[in-house]
Amino acid sequence: MIDVSGLTKFYGPRTAVNDLSFTVNSGEVVGFLGPNGAGKSTTMKILTGFMPASAGTVKVNGFDVFESPLEVKRSVGYLPENPPVYLEMVVEEYLKFAARIHDVPKAKLKSAVDSALQRTGLTQVKNRIIGNLSKGFRQRVGLAQALVHDPKVLILDEPTVGLDPVQIIEIRELIKSLAGQHTVILSSHILPEVTATCQRIIVINKGRIVAQDTIERLTTRMRQGLLYTLNVKNPSENGITALKSVGGVKAVTAEGGTLSIEILPEQGEIRDRIIEAAVASRMGVLEFTSEKLSLEDVFLQLTTQENNT
Amino acid sequence: MRFSFKKMWAVASRDFKSYFTSPIAYIVIAGFLALMGWMFFFNLQHFAVQSIQYKQFGMGKGASLTEGIIRPLYGNMNVIFLFIVPFITMRLFAEERKLQTLQLLMTSPMRLSEIIVGKFLSALLLVVTMLALTAVYPVVLVLYGNPDVGALVSSNLGTFLLTSCYIATGVLFSSMTENQIVAGALTFAAGLFLWLINWASQSAGPVWSDFLDYLSLIQHYNNFSQGIIDTSDVIFYLSFVGLGLFFTHRVLDSYRWR
Repeated sequence: MIDVSGLTKFYGPRTAVNDLSFTVNSGEVVGFLGPNGAGKSTTMKILTGFMPASAGTVKVNGFDVFESPLEVKRSVGYLPENPPVYLEMVVEEYLKFAARIHDVPKAKLKSAVDSALQRTGLTQVKNRIIGNLSKGFRQRVGLAQALVHDPKVLILDEPTVGLDPVQIIEIRELIKSLAGQHTVILSSHILPEVTATCQRIIVINKGRIVAQDTIERLTTRMRQGLLYTLNVKNPSENGITALKSVGGVKAVTAEGGTLSIEILPEQGEIRDRIIEAAVASRMGVLEFTSEKLSLEDVFLQLTTQENNT
Repeated sequence: MRFSFKKMWAVASRDFKSYFTSPIAYIVIAGFLALMGWMFFFNLQHFAVQSIQYKQFGMGKGASLTEGIIRPLYGNMNVIFLFIVPFITMRLFAEERKLQTLQLLMTSPMRLSEIIVGKFLSALLLVVTMLALTAVYPVVLVLYGNPDVGALVSSNLGTFLLTSCYIATGVLFSSMTENQIVAGALTFAAGLFLWLINWASQSAGPVWSDFLDYLSLIQHYNNFSQGIIDTSDVIFYLSFVGLGLFFTHRVLDSYRWR
C-alpha cells in the first residue's frame, strides 16, 4: 500500500530525513515513534504530497507521490500536527467543505459528513463554531476531516495530542477499529500510545530508522536489556574499570557512590561476577539492586545512541 | 484530470462566506458605502448649484452629468478600492499559512490553480457585492436626470476591471508571507505605484514614456470613464490579472520546495 525507498529530505544544509525505506501493507496500523525533531512530521508531509522529497521515491496505492500527486492525495486522509481547522466555521459546514475538496460526490456528501461526525463522536457539537470548541474537540474535528472522504490511507500526525485521558482512549479505539479497512500510519513520541494501537512500529531518530518490528518482537528483544545499581562507600577509578571489564557489561556510570551498570542483552547470569569484581576492588559494597529496562528505557537507548540498529 | 470548477467554487464560496462570518465584510462594506454616500451627496449638491448658475446665465447646454457626477463618482470609487482591497485580500493566503489550514488545501486532490482562482474569485465577489450596492447612485441619476447610460456601464466595467487588478496584486502578496499586515501594506504600495508609474514618463525618453504610460493602471481607465470600452484596455486588465495569478502559482509552488 505504501512503499517508501531511499527517502531523503534536506532543509537547507540540515538533513531532516536520511535514506528512509519501509513498506506498509494494506490494512496495517503502523506507528512512527521517535523523539521530537526525529523527522516524523517531515516524512508524513512527504507521504501526503504536501512537500516533495529531496531524493528517493514514495508510492501510495501504486501511485508515485511526485508523478501523480492528485491520485495519491485522493486516497490519503491527513491529520497534520495542528488540526487544519477554520476557526470561524461551524463543524458540519467545515466537514462538508473538506469532503467537497476531496471529490466526495454531491449525493454522498451528507452521509459522508454524518458518518465522520459519528465516528469521531462529534454529532452533538456539529452546529457549533470550531473556534469555540476545546482543543480536544478541535483535534477530533481534524480527525473527522481526515476520515470524511473514506480514504484508503490515513496519515495521522500525533492524533491524541491535547486530548484528555477519556478522549485518548476513545481515539485509540477508533484508530484500532480502522485497521483492516484502512491503512494507518500514526506518529507519536509516547510509547504506550503506539503499543496500544499499532501492530508494527518504526522507530526513527535523527532522520534514520533505528528499529522496525512488530510490538511483540520489539518488546521481548528490548526487555532483555537489564540495569543494575550498585551502591558503594568508596568509589574508585580502579573499581569502575574492573566492573567495566566484566564480560557482558555494556557501560558503567558513576554518580557519587551510586554506580549504574548497563548490561548487554542476552548475557545470561552475570550478577555474581559483578559483585565479585566490586568486592575485589575494595569499594565497600553497600547495596546491589537490579531493575528491568522498561520499554521507555529501551526507546531512550535506541534514540540516544548513535551506533544502534 | 482537468481544472475542476466544482472544487474551485468550493474554495471561493468558503472564503466568501468567511468574509461574512468575520467582521471584515461588514466593516469594509460599511466604510465603503459611508464614504461613497458622502462623496455622492456633496457631488450632487455641488452639481445642482452649478447647473442653476449655468441656467441663470444661459451658458450653453448646461453642465454635463457625465463630467460633473459620473466621472468624479467612479474616479473616487477607484481610489477607495485602492485603499480597501488590501484589507480584503491580505488574509487570503497569509492567514491560511499562519494557521496552517493551507495544509488542508495543499494535501487535498486540488490543483494549485483551483485554489488560487477560488481565492481570487471570493475577493472579487465581495467587490462585486459592493459595486452592486452602489447601483443606487445610477438609479438616482436615471430617476431624476438624464445621464449617459453608456458612461455608467463603462465606468462600472472599468472600475470592476481595475479593482480586479488590485485583487490579483493582493492575492500575490498574500501568498508571499504569513503576516497579513505585510501582505496588505505591500498590496497597497504596489497598487499605488502601478497607478503612479507614469509620473516618470515626462522625464523618460519617447519610447519609455509610452511604455510607462501603458503600464499605468489608471491610464487604461480613462477611456472607460468617458463611456468608451476599448478592447485593448480590457485585454490589458485581464492580462494583468492573469499575470498576478500566475506569479501566485509560482510562489506557492516554490513554497512547497523550501
